[in-house]
Amino acid sequence: MDGIILQLFDGLSKGSAYALIALGLTLIFGTLGVVNFAHGALFMLGAFCAVLLSQLLTISHTVVDESRTDFLGNPMQVDIPYVVEWFGEAAGNAIIDWSVPLAILFAIPVMLLIGFAMERGLIRHFYKRPHADQILVTFGLAIVLQEIIKYFYGANPIPTPAPDAFSGSFDLGAVLGFDPFTIIYPYWRLIYFVFALIIIAGVFAFLQFTTFGMVVRAGMADRETVGILGIDIDKRFTVMFGIAAAVAGLAGVMYTPINSPNYHMGMDFLVISFVVVVVGGMGSLGGAVLAGFVLGVLESLASLNAVIELIPGINQVVIYLAAVLILLTRPRGLMGRKGVMED
Amino acid sequence: MSKNLTRRGALKTGAGAGAALATPTIFTGAAWAQESGFTNAPTGDTVTLGFNVPQSGPYADEGADELRAFELAVEHLNGEGDGGMLSTFSEQNLDGTGILGKRVEYVTGDTQTKSDAARASAQGMIQRDGAVMISGGSSSGVAVAVQALAQEAGVIFMAGLTHSNDTTGKDRKANGFRHFFNSYMSGAALAPILADRYGTDRRAYHLTADYNWGYTTEEAITSSTEALGWDTVATVRTPLTQTDFSSYIAPVLGSGADVLVLNHYGGNMVNSLTNAVQFGLRQQEANGKQFEIVVPLYSELMARGAGENIAGILGSQNWDWKLENELGDRYSGTNAFVQSFGRKYGFPPSQAAHTCYVQTLLYADAVTRAGSFQPCAVVEALEGFEFDGLGNGPTLYRAADHQCFKDVVVVRGKENPENEFDLVEIVEVTPVEQVTYPPDHPQFAGGDLGSCNNGA
Repeated sequence: MDGIILQLFDGLSKGSAYALIALGLTLIFGTLGVVNFAHGALFMLGAFCAVLLSQLLTISHTVVDESRTDFLGNPMQVDIPYVVEWFGEAAGNAIIDWSVPLAILFAIPVMLLIGFAMERGLIRHFYKRPHADQILVTFGLAIVLQEIIKYFYGANPIPTPAPDAFSGSFDLGAVLGFDPFTIIYPYWRLIYFVFALIIIAGVFAFLQFTTFGMVVRAGMADRETVGILGIDIDKRFTVMFGIAAAVAGLAGVMYTPINSPNYHMGMDFLVISFVVVVVGGMGSLGGAVLAGFVLGVLESLASLNAVIELIPGINQVVIYLAAVLILLTRPRGLMGRKGVMED
Repeated sequence: MSKNLTRRGALKTGAGAGAALATPTIFTGAAWAQESGFTNAPTGDTVTLGFNVPQSGPYADEGADELRAFELAVEHLNGEGDGGMLSTFSEQNLDGTGILGKRVEYVTGDTQTKSDAARASAQGMIQRDGAVMISGGSSSGVAVAVQALAQEAGVIFMAGLTHSNDTTGKDRKANGFRHFFNSYMSGAALAPILADRYGTDRRAYHLTADYNWGYTTEEAITSSTEALGWDTVATVRTPLTQTDFSSYIAPVLGSGADVLVLNHYGGNMVNSLTNAVQFGLRQQEANGKQFEIVVPLYSELMARGAGENIAGILGSQNWDWKLENELGDRYSGTNAFVQSFGRKYGFPPSQAAHTCYVQTLLYADAVTRAGSFQPCAVVEALEGFEFDGLGNGPTLYRAADHQCFKDVVVVRGKENPENEFDLVEIVEVTPVEQVTYPPDHPQFAGGDLGSCNNGA
């Protein structure tokens, strides 16, 4: 039982990443009708915003320490970050320690700008082209973006830890009345889950309760009519592309303490995100979120040893198996509606 | 374009050139081989070596370090730079005049850490560039594939970083040689130290990368630890493409295990170790003992990716740049290599770089002793060859399987590393006698070197 509860929690944190990425994908698909294969790359760029900020905060000047030697026997050069020099040891190190949460503030404008630039500079030229063209151009863009990151940061993962205060884990089992040390859960994964819920709620609230959101929803339902009413829907959709990029970027920023970011991390999430979008129902924001969490939990439960013993290899295929079963029974996905994206 | 050249003439020339280019070079290569007796016999005053390393994909950084080492080795063979290990090598045949008086040139290929891409790039280097020896690589799948190709083509393969038992076990080939250690040696070197540090009454849970190297490492570690009294609670295969290992780590908690063995390498290792530490495994007690994590094959580059999570975690290495400083003259050659690599590139070399540098020197020396680039002569010179002064202490290239036998370094992640290149500390060195096994050991069974191939 404790194992199942632990996997449920784990599935929710996994599902958080799937849901956030799929939410952004659906926003773009629902508004602009573009199949954006560069969305994983946006997630990766977000993660590298955290890496970049952490590097900016640790820009240092070197001091030669004569009392120690480096590996070649020369006097050791010690790096002293400017932040530590300006704000003192304690405050300076605390700022560096909190670089991942701080990167949220840094990533929002950066990702919005990247989103706007991508949409205005490239994607908008492909609105009237077939989906195959869109897939090719966005997939190509994803490869270009990841190769740029690899050029600057190399292929190895770069450790970007959470603040010390959140780097450990806590005994969830003891809280729920189980034996100690049976359900241990890392703080940061719980934070990731809560963060995902806040972002998802924020996006839904924005679409539901603002005039801007109302226009966008109207545009998603019937673009032409909204245009006839004299509303420049394209401009609003560009903003939505920026927001979708920011959502993917923030998902990436917060993911860095879970797994050290590398240039390829976007591709690792891309396929699964598309499965999530299709299972959720094309163009359905709620469906994307629901499917993200459902598939995350299913993936975790399938990794239980008892399940693997029963059906060997199920852990590797469960997501795709679930997708097949759901699409067979509900061809439009969990929350897809008739007539949406079916032209 | 020359005005004498007519359109018709240009077409004819183009067609002729096209036909010549389209002719599979293996035919021209074979014809050439027949004249000289072996594939790609160097005819001018240069000899070409082919360095096949991952230049793209997840192991690109390791490949870049291998390439640095190859460049350094070529420099030293050609008499440039400070000579590195040429002065410490027990055989003093290499004098900086190239190999057999021929200046060493090299071409590079990108394995992409994919067997088919690695074979294609090796084939290109053999057929197009005339490489007489292929070296490098950062994966056993690639090593086995390229080794088989080298055997067919009649060139020598000096493996780079490959740790699976199969490279010199069931997939061994007469034209292939491995300096790097293997899974069995990791198990044999680690087990006594694990028993000493963690006791003989332990229950181990294995997470294993779902491919060839993972299997041989799991088998090696389970058999050596079980021989010392440990139980194996479970062995779980994880997909090679897995990035978040949390759902595989979670079941460890309730399994009754008190040790987690991560038979992972590269990005898999970085992520599974990071996840295991996040789940607080190392802070826990199980069965009344402190919970421990073991990573059988360490890599400095991967350790960098895992950051502070590697602190206190035991593993094994083929070589470490601190060996000579910490353990003395037995490991001579280490400092010479570290100095010349460090001066050129500004940081210490990885074990992947070391093995590639050494393999290049060993090949050059074997050719010199044989007095010929002919693969069968080189094979004969390397088989049963005993040497020293290349950083690992006294070493034997065993004739029966073309595997090097030398001491194995057991390391542990440093608690407080001073910089990103100083992440591991040497715990102990397991002497070569303890990691030596008979050529027909069950973990290496089913292999046959066959006979060397000159390609003619």
